[in-house]
Amino acid sequence: MILAPQEDLALPETFQSWFKGRGWQPRAHQLDLLAKAQAGRSALLIAPTGGGKTLAGFLPTLIELSALGPRKPGRPRGVHTLYISPLKALAVDIARNLEAPIAEMGLPIKVETRTGDTPASRRQRQKTSPPDILLTTPEQLALLLAYKDARRFFESLKYIVLDELHALVTSKRGDLLALDLARVEALVPGVRRIGLSATVKDPDHLQRYLVPQRTGDERAALVLGKPGQPPQVTVLASEAHIPWSGHSTRHAIPEVYNAIQAANLTLIFVNTRSQAELVFQELWRINEESLPIALHHGSLVVEQRRKVEAAMAGGKLKAVVCTSTLDLGIDWGDVDLVIQLGAPKGASRLLQRIGRANHRMDEPSCALLVPSNRFEVMECTAAKEAAEHNILDGELERTGALDVLAQHVLGVACAEPFNLAKLYDEVCTAAPYAELAYEDFEAVVDFVATGGYALRSYDRFRRIVKTPEGKYRIANPRVAQRYRMNVGTIVESPMLKVRLRKSVKARGGRVLGEVEESLVDQMVPGDTFLFAGEVLRFEGLHETEVAVTRTMDENPMIPSYNGGKFPLSTYLAARVREIVSTPEEWQALPTQVAEWLEIQRFRSVLPKPGELLVETFPRGGKNYLVCYPFEGRLAHQTLGMLLTRRLERQNFHPLGFVASEYAMAIWSLEDMSPLKMSALFDQDMLGDDLEAWLAESALLKRTFRQCAVIGGLIERRFPGQEKSGRQVTFSSDLIYDVLREHEPDHILLRATQIDAARGLLDIERLGAMLERIKGHIVHRKLPRISPLAVPVMLEIGKEPIYGEANEVLLRETEATLVQEAMRRD
Amino acid sequence: MTDETCQFEVAGEVVIAHPSGAAFVPSQNTLIVSDLHFEKGSFFAAKGQFLPPYDTRATLSRLQTAIDRFQPVRVIALGDSFHDGAADTRIAGDDWQSIQTLSARFDWTWITGNHDETLPAGIGGTICAELKLGPLTLRHEPTAAPARGEVAGHLHPCARVQTSSRSLRRRCFVGDGDRLIMPAFGAFTGGLDIADKAYDGLFDGSVTAWVLGRSRVYTIPAKGLAGVS
Repeated sequence: MILAPQEDLALPETFQSWFKGRGWQPRAHQLDLLAKAQAGRSALLIAPTGGGKTLAGFLPTLIELSALGPRKPGRPRGVHTLYISPLKALAVDIARNLEAPIAEMGLPIKVETRTGDTPASRRQRQKTSPPDILLTTPEQLALLLAYKDARRFFESLKYIVLDELHALVTSKRGDLLALDLARVEALVPGVRRIGLSATVKDPDHLQRYLVPQRTGDERAALVLGKPGQPPQVTVLASEAHIPWSGHSTRHAIPEVYNAIQAANLTLIFVNTRSQAELVFQELWRINEESLPIALHHGSLVVEQRRKVEAAMAGGKLKAVVCTSTLDLGIDWGDVDLVIQLGAPKGASRLLQRIGRANHRMDEPSCALLVPSNRFEVMECTAAKEAAEHNILDGELERTGALDVLAQHVLGVACAEPFNLAKLYDEVCTAAPYAELAYEDFEAVVDFVATGGYALRSYDRFRRIVKTPEGKYRIANPRVAQRYRMNVGTIVESPMLKVRLRKSVKARGGRVLGEVEESLVDQMVPGDTFLFAGEVLRFEGLHETEVAVTRTMDENPMIPSYNGGKFPLSTYLAARVREIVSTPEEWQALPTQVAEWLEIQRFRSVLPKPGELLVETFPRGGKNYLVCYPFEGRLAHQTLGMLLTRRLERQNFHPLGFVASEYAMAIWSLEDMSPLKMSALFDQDMLGDDLEAWLAESALLKRTFRQCAVIGGLIERRFPGQEKSGRQVTFSSDLIYDVLREHEPDHILLRATQIDAARGLLDIERLGAMLERIKGHIVHRKLPRISPLAVPVMLEIGKEPIYGEANEVLLRETEATLVQEAMRRD
Repeated sequence: MTDETCQFEVAGEVVIAHPSGAAFVPSQNTLIVSDLHFEKGSFFAAKGQFLPPYDTRATLSRLQTAIDRFQPVRVIALGDSFHDGAADTRIAGDDWQSIQTLSARFDWTWITGNHDETLPAGIGGTICAELKLGPLTLRHEPTAAPARGEVAGHLHPCARVQTSSRSLRRRCFVGDGDRLIMPAFGAFTGGLDIADKAYDGLFDGSVTAWVLGRSRVYTIPAKGLAGVS
């Protein structure tokens, strides 16, 4: 490649010869990005993995710093470039990768990381004597900005490099980061932002996110890397019987094992931690060759994970079973096959995971999709097509969350007093908050100051107070201290350490990792479960630790599979509906699946893509209604709740419902077939019924807890901080109940509702579905269950249900125990 | 009234458990509530965590429901009625008035607890550390050894009920026929699992939990309780 003269200018001699010395040519996108940055612009680089993206992001920095010359002793210089990554491990990895060019070119540049793991002494030193390039996370950036000397710390900042931006912006973490970027702009105007991202459907959204929004027309420059080879994706056509329902993929384990044998290093992605444990166990059960197969997920102790990562990098492993912990850009070895167990749920996620295989751009990555049930066969087929044609899921642009804003406002006040109107303008330059209403901003500030209650009783406990100049500052240093303890938007459910004891009586032992408190709640001493690749016996809860021993039990209890965290993407859902309705497409499906659909066509009907099929039939003395919206479990769960209420009012005596990714079934005492389906599925269910249900939904309470922690109403609990035994804290559920009753329009409840509508309840999607099917409902009254209904009917009893159902369970338990006690035999 | 209560005996005395967490002793026409923890919300607010300032009125409103249900002559608050000694400096005026009105309207006894060794001045009613009620002895903290006839609070008992599909955690009354520990009544009060070692040695016989549901009290013997033998 011959460089254009202008580009030649941009790349100094040292760098040109360094590239040459390595036998490399600077890539077009690297030079393009450099030119944009040197012209003073912020830019978004979209390039596939392995495209030299990281180097591209740091080139402008390295060149500028090399021109500065060596540091003068005793004259510390400020941070020049901040690098923000979603993962601590990624920051550490990048530090390693930057070492090579810096050392080889002999550049006078100091690079350091700053994460939660960085020792306090070094963090302290970094504040007075910072490195040139600081690699860190969004949370650490928030902390740095909340220090009193933040203004001085950032004064010589020139660049912020944002890695894996596509992964950051879709969450509350992205909201926080956007606010922090706005803060940096206020402290040091003109800092250039460089966003690095995998391919996304809508780059415009990221381009807006990167730069301050004033007129709404501001965009970062877009630089596109050369796309990589399209991946080679295969959907496993299993020889075994493909299950009707379930998510275990147990049936395909021998075939997965064969694929592992044939490849060099395989990454096996599953959707949940418990599934990772199960698959790992199953693979070892048939591992006659003793292939080195390892396990990697977020609950395992860090040392264990590091060991696996090192073994991968050292080429000592054949396969790793993992969850999304290995999704993002860390290079840990020569992976040549990615296996996805269970449907990937979204095309973008699949592409990201496939990208973990083969970091050489000129060769295609290989992936094998293993559907766990019949519907998933179609979903995997749709995902395969999407991956091959690079079709991505559209991400909804976020509206900045109010709880995150509250946290940020307190952080700003910790650093220096702020002016209300000025801070509002600043916040609005962050893309997610561009549309924020002033009244909402004021309400958030009031919430930060006093809790924002209509009953003004906390005015004397204010956390932020007005200065004589009319600015707002924190009331005392303790407020800043507490802010620092609670920063961040990731709220994990309470976790308990798992300690392996040699025997029941023994003390001490090794910590294997952490499990959710809710899982422990389900267990009684003597129960066995899978964890860290072993079968363990639960011995009891000791203070805040779970005591376990090893056991030989062959049939450990499987923690309930909560259907994964991700709902089926809209794009894949539409495609699955299409496959179901088009017999010509069935040739590509395994015979068992094609036959299943064929019999459905014969026995009932196959809905056309725009239609909603509703079937009613009797079974075992009950009456069933099954519908097939294909909108994901969350939306179906909400639909089930709302329809149950409606049927109850109309005296059909619904007894229960179950939701899967594809369908929803309700059963009742009365026959539901005379119902007018268009009325039953009318959009008006999203009005009062929804309101009434929200009032008591356990799902909403979970969302509330997150908002309350992020917004600073409830402080995080830290391990060891809790007093043993005696419960001295309070439950967020109780707070929610009281607040909802006494101040239903409190700002935190509003934040909760907005969150739930997009998240756990997926109301947005349900609304879109009800709109779509209006006038397109096909109802079939059947004498018995249809083939399409079988999978969801098999889920009955396996799925946890919320709300009222708990009362039913208590009643049943009482009745059973009474019956047992009263028996005369 | 559709509330479904539950009836059992403590040392031979009939006690009715209400889903609000109150207990009624019909022979004495007496309502007992424990661990009201008034002003727990503002206690945390004073320290910088702005919990909603509505817990006292939520607790009072539930107390009113229980009073309306049983129409007692006498009401006994079994200790820790106020979350801390300075609660009366933070309480809202109308909440304070509601409390005074209540204590004047009934034969009211405040038993002292570890959170409220001294009760606010002007609270009304009788204040004492312990009270006899027929065969029952009412005090805040349970005696360490089995104690026939004792009704206490303090521990905030909650039970984990083993149902067919999962375990559910709920506030409860817990007892063995000889003695009873009352659930915490206050709106923001947490719970302590009855499987915790804090309960060791309190009961002689087999334990039963009377579990508070949304509008019913469920009787669950030890067999149905996680971690309890």
